[in-house]
Amino acid sequence: MKKNWWKIIAVVFVLYTIIAGFIFRVPAQPILHESIRNLYFHVPMWFSMMTILFVSVFHSIKYLSNSTIESDIAASQAAHTGMLVGALGLITGSIWARYTWGAWWVADTKLNGAAITMLIYMAYFVLRGSLDEDQKRARISAVYNIFAYVMLVVFLMILPRMNDSLHPGNGGNPGFNKYDLDSNMRMVFYPAVIGWILLVVWIFTLRVRLEKVKRKILFND
Amino acid sequence: MIKYSKNILSLALILLTTGVFAQSVNAPIDMADGLYQSGKIYVVVTVLTVIFIGIVIYLILLDRKISKLEKEIKNK
Repeated sequence: MKKNWWKIIAVVFVLYTIIAGFIFRVPAQPILHESIRNLYFHVPMWFSMMTILFVSVFHSIKYLSNSTIESDIAASQAAHTGMLVGALGLITGSIWARYTWGAWWVADTKLNGAAITMLIYMAYFVLRGSLDEDQKRARISAVYNIFAYVMLVVFLMILPRMNDSLHPGNGGNPGFNKYDLDSNMRMVFYPAVIGWILLVVWIFTLRVRLEKVKRKILFND
Repeated sequence: MIKYSKNILSLALILLTTGVFAQSVNAPIDMADGLYQSGKIYVVVTVLTVIFIGIVIYLILLDRKISKLEKEIKNK
């Protein structure tokens, strides 16, 4: 129980945002209406994806310096978990776009950037699947993973800010920080981000432990 | 069920759009105030809470299962 305190924080924070996210007052905005509450659920998906993919690239770099298979397991499982939240972010964003911008998908730098990022990480798994030897797979995919994370930063953070974009916070568009002048939304949004990040880290640690158990049973190493 | 789930989902989402068109520029912005007065938003909050708690229980059980496996391997 002692070392599980952060899991409790994760659950309490997300539970709090689910309840407070619906009940607390939000600023009235045209077009957005009550859908502004999506901020508490859609945006933390991306925050947690970027965090867990950073964990992934951290372990990839660690692998390149120490060559232990544990680092490779951590890197690949973190990338897997990142794809879970990334997919949820894409789907929830698409639903939100349908009812505010009027289309499931628009050819927007932010949206296409997010989709391309997902494809880059799909290629990471294809690359892993195509190499049989453990050390070779770990080394090559670690190098690719570094490239993938750099591309993520370019596609999600840099390019959308340099071009016109419908997405809030990009291309001269105000982010939501403009709307929560009374800081009411921050009281839900920040715990939401922390809660989801911790929850995703929990799922990631489960995946890593399961993979290690699997390896012990199958290969006895 | 899977065969029709797409249609049901589309229908549900189309129904959701009906409220979106009912606004002009100067009209007061619609917020779900009525829902708050009648208290029915709490139904949604409760449903989501139940779903989330369900997922958390699932994660806890998974966590324990893996811990058990790890112990078994250690003792072998």
